[in-house]
Amino acid sequence: MTPKRITKIIFELFTFVMMLLALYAIFFYAPVEKTMGLVQKIFYIHVPAAFIAFLAFFITFAASILYLVKKDNQWDLIALCSAEIGIIFCTIVLVTGPIWAKPVWNVWWTWDPRLTTTLILWFIYVAYLMLRGVVGENKKANFSAVFGIIGFVNVPLTFFAIRLWRTIHPVMITSRGINISGPMKDTLALTFSAFCLLFIFLLLTRMRLEKMKRATETVIAMFEERHHF
Amino acid sequence: MCLFSFLVVIIFSFAFGTDLQVYNGMVPGILWVAFIFSGLLGLNRSFGTERDKGTLSGLLLCPVAPWEIFLAKMIGTLIFTTIMEIFTFLVFIILYNQNVLPFLVPLSLVIFLGTLGFSIVGTIFSAMSSATKARDVILSILVFPISVPVIIASVKATGLILEGRSIQTVYAWLKILVAFDMVFLLLAYLTFSHIMEE
Repeated sequence: MTPKRITKIIFELFTFVMMLLALYAIFFYAPVEKTMGLVQKIFYIHVPAAFIAFLAFFITFAASILYLVKKDNQWDLIALCSAEIGIIFCTIVLVTGPIWAKPVWNVWWTWDPRLTTTLILWFIYVAYLMLRGVVGENKKANFSAVFGIIGFVNVPLTFFAIRLWRTIHPVMITSRGINISGPMKDTLALTFSAFCLLFIFLLLTRMRLEKMKRATETVIAMFEERHHF
Repeated sequence: MCLFSFLVVIIFSFAFGTDLQVYNGMVPGILWVAFIFSGLLGLNRSFGTERDKGTLSGLLLCPVAPWEIFLAKMIGTLIFTTIMEIFTFLVFIILYNQNVLPFLVPLSLVIFLGTLGFSIVGTIFSAMSSATKARDVILSILVFPISVPVIIASVKATGLILEGRSIQTVYAWLKILVAFDMVFLLLAYLTFSHIMEE
Protein backbone atom coordinates (compact mmCIF):
# COMPACT_ATOMS: atom_id res chain seq x y z
CA MET A 1 0.00 0.00 0.00
CA THR A 2 1.26 3.44 -0.91
CA PRO A 3 1.36 6.18 1.75
CA LYS A 4 -1.23 8.11 -0.29
CA ARG A 5 -3.66 5.23 -0.03
CA ILE A 6 -3.07 4.84 3.70
CA THR A 7 -3.75 8.55 4.24
CA LYS A 8 -6.93 8.17 2.23
CA ILE A 9 -8.16 5.25 4.32
CA ILE A 10 -7.34 7.05 7.56
CA PHE A 11 -9.21 10.12 6.32
CA GLU A 12 -12.25 8.04 5.36
CA LEU A 13 -12.29 6.29 8.73
CA PHE A 14 -11.97 9.62 10.51
CA THR A 15 -14.91 11.06 8.53
CA PHE A 16 -16.98 7.99 9.41
CA VAL A 17 -16.18 8.27 13.14
CA MET A 18 -16.93 12.00 13.10
CA MET A 19 -20.32 11.41 11.46
CA LEU A 20 -21.15 8.79 14.13
CA LEU A 21 -20.03 11.17 16.87
CA ALA A 22 -22.17 13.92 15.34
CA LEU A 23 -25.21 11.63 15.38
CA TYR A 24 -24.50 10.68 19.02
CA ALA A 25 -24.16 14.33 19.97
CA ILE A 26 -27.39 15.29 18.22
CA PHE A 27 -29.51 12.62 19.91
CA PHE A 28 -27.86 12.10 23.31
CA TYR A 29 -25.62 15.03 24.18
CA ALA A 30 -27.62 18.04 23.00
CA PRO A 31 -30.51 18.97 25.36
CA VAL A 32 -34.11 19.02 24.15
CA GLU A 33 -35.13 22.57 23.35
CA LYS A 34 -37.77 24.02 25.71
CA THR A 35 -40.41 25.46 23.37
CA MET A 36 -39.83 23.61 20.12
CA GLY A 37 -39.11 20.16 21.59
CA LEU A 38 -37.50 17.31 19.71
CA VAL A 39 -38.06 18.81 16.27
CA GLN A 40 -35.40 21.41 17.04
CA LYS A 41 -32.75 18.68 16.63
CA ILE A 42 -33.19 18.87 12.86
CA PHE A 43 -31.38 22.18 13.16
CA TYR A 44 -28.05 20.33 13.59
CA ILE A 45 -28.47 18.80 10.15
CA HIS A 46 -30.18 21.75 8.49
CA VAL A 47 -27.63 24.46 9.28
CA PRO A 48 -24.42 22.56 8.36
CA ALA A 49 -26.11 21.24 5.19
CA ALA A 50 -27.03 24.80 4.19
CA PHE A 51 -23.47 25.91 4.83
CA ILE A 52 -22.04 23.03 2.76
CA ALA A 53 -24.47 23.73 -0.08
CA PHE A 54 -23.37 27.37 -0.27
CA LEU A 55 -19.71 26.32 0.03
CA ALA A 56 -20.11 23.80 -2.78
CA PHE A 57 -21.78 26.34 -5.06
CA PHE A 58 -19.08 28.85 -4.23
CA ILE A 59 -16.44 26.28 -5.23
CA THR A 60 -18.31 25.77 -8.52
CA PHE A 61 -18.29 29.54 -9.04
CA ALA A 62 -14.56 29.90 -8.30
CA ALA A 63 -13.63 26.85 -10.39
CA SER A 64 -15.75 28.21 -13.28
CA ILE A 65 -13.82 31.49 -13.25
CA LEU A 66 -10.51 29.64 -13.08
CA TYR A 67 -11.58 27.45 -15.98
CA LEU A 68 -12.40 30.45 -18.19
CA VAL A 69 -9.07 32.05 -17.31
CA LYS A 70 -6.84 28.97 -17.59
CA LYS A 71 -8.87 26.66 -19.88
CA ASP A 72 -7.68 23.68 -17.84
CA ASN A 73 -10.18 20.79 -17.75
CA GLN A 74 -9.22 20.09 -14.14
CA TRP A 75 -11.23 23.17 -13.07
CA ASP A 76 -14.24 22.11 -15.09
CA LEU A 77 -14.13 18.77 -13.33
CA ILE A 78 -14.04 20.40 -9.89
CA ALA A 79 -16.92 22.73 -10.84
CA LEU A 80 -19.10 19.83 -11.98
CA CYS A 81 -18.42 17.59 -8.98
CA SER A 82 -18.93 20.41 -6.49
CA ALA A 83 -22.22 21.45 -8.12
CA GLU A 84 -23.55 17.89 -7.91
CA ILE A 85 -22.73 17.59 -4.21
CA GLY A 86 -24.11 21.08 -3.63
CA ILE A 87 -27.46 20.00 -5.07
CA ILE A 88 -27.59 17.02 -2.69
CA PHE A 89 -27.00 19.22 0.34
CA CYS A 90 -29.36 21.88 -0.99
CA THR A 91 -32.04 19.17 -1.29
CA ILE A 92 -31.36 18.14 2.33
CA VAL A 93 -31.84 21.77 3.39
CA LEU A 94 -35.08 22.09 1.44
CA VAL A 95 -36.46 18.85 2.89
CA THR A 96 -35.42 19.35 6.54
CA GLY A 97 -36.58 22.99 6.53
CA PRO A 98 -40.31 22.33 6.01
CA ILE A 99 -40.22 19.39 8.49
CA TRP A 100 -39.06 21.84 11.13
CA ALA A 101 -41.23 24.70 9.93
CA LYS A 102 -44.58 22.86 10.06
CA PRO A 103 -44.77 22.45 13.88
CA VAL A 104 -42.93 25.72 14.63
CA TRP A 105 -44.32 28.20 12.09
CA ASN A 106 -47.46 26.14 11.43
CA VAL A 107 -46.79 26.19 7.65
CA TRP A 108 -44.54 24.04 5.49
CA TRP A 109 -43.31 26.87 3.39
CA THR A 110 -43.17 30.64 3.40
CA TRP A 111 -41.73 33.06 0.84
CA ASP A 112 -38.95 34.21 3.11
CA PRO A 113 -35.71 35.50 1.48
CA ARG A 114 -33.55 32.63 2.72
CA LEU A 115 -36.03 29.91 1.79
CA THR A 116 -36.75 31.39 -1.60
CA THR A 117 -33.10 32.04 -2.39
CA THR A 118 -32.23 28.45 -1.49
CA LEU A 119 -35.04 27.16 -3.70
CA ILE A 120 -33.88 29.35 -6.61
CA LEU A 121 -30.30 28.15 -6.01
CA TRP A 122 -31.53 24.58 -6.29
CA PHE A 123 -33.25 25.38 -9.60
CA ILE A 124 -30.15 27.16 -10.92
CA TYR A 125 -27.81 24.26 -10.25
CA VAL A 126 -30.23 21.64 -11.53
CA ALA A 127 -30.35 23.77 -14.69
CA TYR A 128 -26.53 23.75 -14.63
CA LEU A 129 -26.50 19.95 -14.71
CA MET A 130 -29.22 19.81 -17.37
CA LEU A 131 -27.26 22.24 -19.54
CA ARG A 132 -24.24 19.96 -19.29
CA GLY A 133 -26.43 17.09 -20.38
CA VAL A 134 -27.55 18.66 -23.68
CA VAL A 135 -24.42 20.53 -24.84
CA GLY A 136 -21.91 18.92 -27.20
CA GLU A 137 -18.49 17.95 -25.79
CA ASN A 138 -16.61 20.85 -27.39
CA LYS A 139 -18.78 23.53 -25.76
CA LYS A 140 -19.74 21.82 -22.51
CA ALA A 141 -16.99 23.21 -20.29
CA ASN A 142 -17.29 26.78 -21.62
CA PHE A 143 -21.07 26.98 -21.38
CA SER A 144 -21.29 25.47 -17.94
CA ALA A 145 -18.50 27.73 -16.65
CA VAL A 146 -20.38 30.82 -17.88
CA PHE A 147 -23.60 29.54 -16.33
CA GLY A 148 -21.79 28.65 -13.10
CA ILE A 149 -20.63 32.27 -12.81
CA ILE A 150 -23.97 33.85 -13.78
CA GLY A 151 -25.88 31.55 -11.43
CA PHE A 152 -23.80 32.46 -8.42
CA VAL A 153 -23.68 36.21 -9.10
CA ASN A 154 -27.47 36.12 -9.34
CA VAL A 155 -27.83 34.88 -5.74
CA PRO A 156 -27.31 38.19 -3.87
CA LEU A 157 -29.63 39.96 -6.33
CA THR A 158 -32.35 37.37 -5.73
CA PHE A 159 -31.80 37.64 -1.99
CA PHE A 160 -32.13 41.43 -1.91
CA ALA A 161 -35.14 41.39 -4.19
CA ILE A 162 -36.94 38.99 -1.88
CA ARG A 163 -35.72 40.70 1.30
CA LEU A 164 -37.85 43.71 0.45
CA TRP A 165 -40.66 41.47 1.65
CA ARG A 166 -40.95 40.47 5.31
CA THR A 167 -38.59 37.89 6.83
CA ILE A 168 -39.39 35.35 9.60
CA HIS A 169 -36.43 32.98 9.34
CA PRO A 170 -34.72 32.70 12.76
CA VAL A 171 -31.33 34.38 12.77
CA MET A 172 -29.06 32.00 14.68
CA ILE A 173 -25.66 33.27 13.70
CA THR A 174 -25.38 37.05 13.89
CA SER A 175 -22.38 39.37 13.78
CA ARG A 176 -22.30 39.24 17.59
CA GLY A 177 -21.94 35.46 17.80
CA ILE A 178 -24.15 32.42 17.95
CA ASN A 179 -27.56 32.73 19.64
CA ILE A 180 -27.62 29.33 21.37
CA SER A 181 -26.44 27.73 24.62
CA GLY A 182 -23.32 25.63 25.50
CA PRO A 183 -24.05 21.96 24.68
CA MET A 184 -26.12 23.03 21.66
CA LYS A 185 -23.22 25.11 20.40
CA ASP A 186 -20.81 22.16 20.88
CA THR A 187 -23.14 19.83 18.98
CA LEU A 188 -23.45 22.32 16.16
CA ALA A 189 -19.66 22.72 15.98
CA LEU A 190 -19.27 18.94 15.87
CA THR A 191 -21.87 18.46 13.12
CA PHE A 192 -20.32 21.34 11.20
CA SER A 193 -16.89 19.68 11.22
CA ALA A 194 -18.39 16.28 10.41
CA PHE A 195 -20.31 17.72 7.44
CA CYS A 196 -17.21 19.53 6.19
CA LEU A 197 -15.25 16.27 6.30
CA LEU A 198 -18.10 14.47 4.58
CA PHE A 199 -18.12 17.13 1.88
CA ILE A 200 -14.38 16.83 1.27
CA PHE A 201 -14.70 13.05 1.19
CA LEU A 202 -17.60 13.17 -1.28
CA LEU A 203 -15.87 15.75 -3.47
CA LEU A 204 -12.64 13.74 -3.68
CA THR A 205 -14.49 10.50 -4.38
CA ARG A 206 -16.69 12.10 -7.02
CA MET A 207 -13.67 13.72 -8.68
CA ARG A 208 -11.81 10.40 -8.78
CA LEU A 209 -14.87 8.81 -10.41
CA GLU A 210 -15.23 11.59 -12.97
CA LYS A 211 -11.50 11.39 -13.80
CA MET A 212 -11.81 7.65 -14.39
CA LYS A 213 -14.91 8.25 -16.54
CA ARG A 214 -13.09 10.80 -18.68
CA ALA A 215 -10.02 8.57 -18.99
CA THR A 216 -12.22 5.65 -20.10
CA GLU A 217 -13.93 7.87 -22.67
CA THR A 218 -10.55 8.90 -24.08
CA VAL A 219 -9.46 5.27 -24.31
CA ILE A 220 -12.69 4.27 -26.07
CA ALA A 221 -12.35 7.19 -28.50
CA MET A 222 -8.76 6.15 -29.29
CA PHE A 223 -9.81 2.54 -29.76
CA GLU A 224 -12.63 3.50 -32.15
CA GLU A 225 -10.31 5.72 -34.13
CA ARG A 226 -7.90 2.83 -34.63
CA HIS A 227 -10.65 0.50 -35.85
CA HIS A 228 -11.56 2.91 -38.62
CA PHE A 229 -8.14 2.53 -40.16
CA MET B 1 -45.16 36.83 -30.31
CA CYS B 2 -47.85 39.54 -30.10
CA LEU B 3 -50.63 37.05 -30.74
CA PHE B 4 -49.30 34.76 -28.04
CA SER B 5 -49.18 37.54 -25.45
CA PHE B 6 -52.74 38.66 -26.37
CA LEU B 7 -53.82 35.09 -25.74
CA VAL B 8 -52.05 34.98 -22.37
CA VAL B 9 -53.80 38.19 -21.28
CA ILE B 10 -57.16 36.88 -22.49
CA ILE B 11 -56.76 33.44 -20.94
CA PHE B 12 -56.00 35.05 -17.59
CA SER B 13 -59.16 37.09 -17.78
CA PHE B 14 -61.11 33.88 -18.53
CA ALA B 15 -59.38 32.05 -15.69
CA PHE B 16 -60.07 34.68 -13.04
CA GLY B 17 -63.24 36.19 -14.49
CA THR B 18 -64.79 38.97 -12.47
CA ASP B 19 -62.49 38.34 -9.46
CA LEU B 20 -59.99 40.66 -11.12
CA GLN B 21 -62.22 43.65 -10.52
CA VAL B 22 -62.05 42.87 -6.81
CA TYR B 23 -58.37 41.85 -6.48
CA ASN B 24 -56.53 44.43 -8.50
CA GLY B 25 -53.26 43.17 -7.00
CA MET B 26 -53.06 40.31 -9.49
CA VAL B 27 -53.09 42.57 -12.53
CA PRO B 28 -49.36 43.52 -12.73
CA GLY B 29 -48.48 39.84 -12.37
CA ILE B 30 -50.63 38.94 -15.37
CA LEU B 31 -49.04 41.69 -17.44
CA TRP B 32 -45.51 40.47 -16.68
CA VAL B 33 -46.36 36.80 -17.21
CA ALA B 34 -47.56 37.78 -20.69
CA PHE B 35 -44.37 39.80 -21.31
CA ILE B 36 -41.99 37.13 -20.07
CA PHE B 37 -43.64 34.17 -21.79
CA SER B 38 -43.94 35.93 -25.13
CA GLY B 39 -40.44 37.35 -24.78
CA LEU B 40 -39.14 33.83 -24.31
CA LEU B 41 -40.90 32.80 -27.51
CA GLY B 42 -39.00 35.48 -29.40
CA LEU B 43 -35.72 34.59 -27.73
CA ASN B 44 -36.01 31.01 -28.93
CA ARG B 45 -35.60 32.27 -32.47
CA SER B 46 -32.97 34.88 -31.70
CA PHE B 47 -30.00 32.59 -32.36
CA GLY B 48 -31.62 29.40 -33.62
CA THR B 49 -32.03 30.12 -37.35
CA GLU B 50 -28.70 31.94 -37.48
CA ARG B 51 -26.88 28.92 -36.19
CA ASP B 52 -28.75 26.57 -38.54
CA LYS B 53 -28.10 28.62 -41.66
CA GLY B 54 -24.47 29.42 -40.84
CA THR B 55 -25.07 33.17 -40.40
CA LEU B 56 -23.50 33.01 -36.96
CA SER B 57 -20.21 31.69 -38.35
CA GLY B 58 -20.29 34.53 -40.86
CA LEU B 59 -20.86 37.06 -38.07
CA LEU B 60 -17.96 35.63 -36.09
CA LEU B 61 -15.70 36.00 -39.14
CA CYS B 62 -16.56 39.72 -39.32
CA PRO B 63 -14.02 42.07 -37.75
CA VAL B 64 -16.18 42.74 -34.68
CA ALA B 65 -15.76 41.55 -31.11
CA PRO B 66 -18.15 38.85 -29.81
CA TRP B 67 -19.28 41.42 -27.27
CA GLU B 68 -20.46 43.69 -30.11
CA ILE B 69 -22.43 40.81 -31.63
CA PHE B 70 -23.99 40.33 -28.21
CA LEU B 71 -24.94 44.01 -27.94
CA ALA B 72 -26.48 44.00 -31.42
CA LYS B 73 -28.50 40.85 -30.72
CA MET B 74 -29.57 42.16 -27.35
CA ILE B 75 -30.76 45.49 -28.75
CA GLY B 76 -32.63 43.62 -31.49
CA THR B 77 -34.38 41.47 -28.89
CA LEU B 78 -35.10 44.56 -26.81
CA ILE B 79 -36.74 46.37 -29.74
CA PHE B 80 -38.91 43.43 -30.76
CA THR B 81 -39.92 42.69 -27.18
CA THR B 82 -40.78 46.35 -26.63
CA ILE B 83 -43.01 46.43 -29.72
CA MET B 84 -44.76 43.29 -28.48
CA GLU B 85 -45.16 44.88 -25.04
CA ILE B 86 -46.72 48.07 -26.43
CA PHE B 87 -49.40 46.06 -28.23
CA THR B 88 -49.96 43.79 -25.25
CA PHE B 89 -50.23 46.81 -23.03
CA LEU B 90 -52.98 48.31 -25.20
CA VAL B 91 -54.98 45.08 -25.05
CA PHE B 92 -54.31 44.91 -21.32
CA ILE B 93 -55.62 48.46 -20.70
CA ILE B 94 -58.82 47.71 -22.59
CA LEU B 95 -59.53 44.28 -21.09
CA TYR B 96 -58.56 45.06 -17.49
CA ASN B 97 -59.98 48.57 -17.45
CA GLN B 98 -56.81 50.20 -16.16
CA ASN B 99 -56.28 53.93 -15.97
CA VAL B 100 -52.62 54.31 -16.89
CA LEU B 101 -52.39 57.78 -18.47
CA PRO B 102 -51.19 59.63 -15.34
CA PHE B 103 -48.48 57.00 -14.67
CA LEU B 104 -47.23 56.54 -18.21
CA VAL B 105 -43.69 57.86 -17.61
CA PRO B 106 -42.73 55.86 -14.47
CA LEU B 107 -44.46 52.81 -15.93
CA SER B 108 -42.46 52.99 -19.16
CA LEU B 109 -39.27 53.33 -17.11
CA VAL B 110 -40.06 50.17 -15.11
CA ILE B 111 -41.07 48.23 -18.21
CA PHE B 112 -37.93 49.38 -20.04
CA LEU B 113 -35.58 48.40 -17.20
CA GLY B 114 -37.31 45.06 -16.69
CA THR B 115 -37.31 44.25 -20.39
CA LEU B 116 -33.65 45.27 -20.65
CA GLY B 117 -32.67 42.87 -17.85
CA PHE B 118 -34.73 40.09 -19.37
CA SER B 119 -33.22 40.71 -22.84
CA ILE B 120 -29.64 40.66 -21.50
CA VAL B 121 -30.10 37.37 -19.65
CA GLY B 122 -32.19 35.96 -22.49
CA THR B 123 -29.63 36.78 -25.18
CA ILE B 124 -26.79 35.14 -23.25
CA PHE B 125 -28.82 31.97 -22.75
CA SER B 126 -30.30 32.00 -26.23
CA ALA B 127 -26.75 31.92 -27.60
CA MET B 128 -26.11 28.90 -25.37
CA SER B 129 -29.35 27.02 -25.93
CA SER B 130 -29.18 27.36 -29.74
CA ALA B 131 -26.08 25.14 -29.64
CA THR B 132 -27.87 22.36 -27.75
CA LYS B 133 -30.19 19.54 -28.70
CA ALA B 134 -33.17 20.65 -26.58
CA ARG B 135 -33.37 24.36 -27.45
CA ASP B 136 -36.79 25.50 -26.21
CA VAL B 137 -36.81 23.51 -23.01
CA ILE B 138 -33.29 24.37 -21.96
CA LEU B 139 -33.81 28.08 -22.66
CA SER B 140 -36.73 28.38 -20.27
CA ILE B 141 -34.96 26.28 -17.63
CA LEU B 142 -31.94 28.61 -17.79
CA VAL B 143 -33.78 31.93 -18.07
CA PHE B 144 -36.50 31.61 -15.41
CA PRO B 145 -34.40 31.00 -12.26
CA ILE B 146 -31.91 33.71 -13.23
CA SER B 147 -34.56 36.31 -14.03
CA VAL B 148 -36.35 35.92 -10.67
CA PRO B 149 -35.05 39.29 -9.34
CA VAL B 150 -36.22 41.07 -12.52
CA ILE B 151 -39.66 39.49 -12.37
CA ILE B 152 -40.18 40.26 -8.68
CA ALA B 153 -38.93 43.83 -8.97
CA SER B 154 -40.87 44.58 -12.16
CA VAL B 155 -44.14 43.12 -10.89
CA LYS B 156 -43.87 44.93 -7.56
CA ALA B 157 -42.89 48.24 -9.14
CA THR B 158 -45.67 48.01 -11.73
CA GLY B 159 -48.17 47.20 -8.98
CA LEU B 160 -47.11 50.15 -6.84
CA ILE B 161 -47.29 52.54 -9.79
CA LEU B 162 -50.73 51.31 -10.87
CA GLU B 163 -51.97 51.81 -7.31
CA GLY B 164 -50.99 55.44 -7.74
CA ARG B 165 -48.15 55.49 -5.19
CA SER B 166 -45.41 58.09 -5.52
CA ILE B 167 -42.15 57.38 -7.29
CA GLN B 168 -40.29 57.24 -3.93
CA THR B 169 -41.97 53.95 -2.95
CA VAL B 170 -40.85 52.39 -6.22
CA TYR B 171 -37.30 53.61 -5.80
CA ALA B 172 -35.98 50.48 -4.02
CA TRP B 173 -37.31 48.22 -6.78
CA LEU B 174 -35.86 50.45 -9.49
CA LYS B 175 -32.47 50.15 -7.78
CA ILE B 176 -32.67 46.35 -7.99
CA LEU B 177 -33.61 46.53 -11.66
CA VAL B 178 -30.73 48.89 -12.47
CA ALA B 179 -28.28 46.75 -10.45
CA PHE B 180 -29.45 43.61 -12.26
CA ASP B 181 -29.09 45.23 -15.69
CA MET B 182 -25.62 46.53 -14.93
CA VAL B 183 -24.31 43.33 -13.35
CA PHE B 184 -25.49 41.17 -16.22
CA LEU B 185 -24.25 43.57 -18.91
CA LEU B 186 -20.85 43.37 -17.26
CA LEU B 187 -21.02 39.56 -17.06
CA ALA B 188 -22.05 39.36 -20.72
CA TYR B 189 -19.12 41.60 -21.61
CA LEU B 190 -16.72 39.35 -19.71
CA THR B 191 -18.03 35.95 -20.79
CA PHE B 192 -19.69 36.25 -24.19
CA SER B 193 -16.51 35.50 -26.15
CA HIS B 194 -16.34 32.13 -24.36
CA ILE B 195 -19.87 31.26 -25.46
CA MET B 196 -19.09 32.09 -29.08
CA GLU B 197 -15.90 30.03 -29.06
CA GLU B 198 -16.18 27.09 -31.47
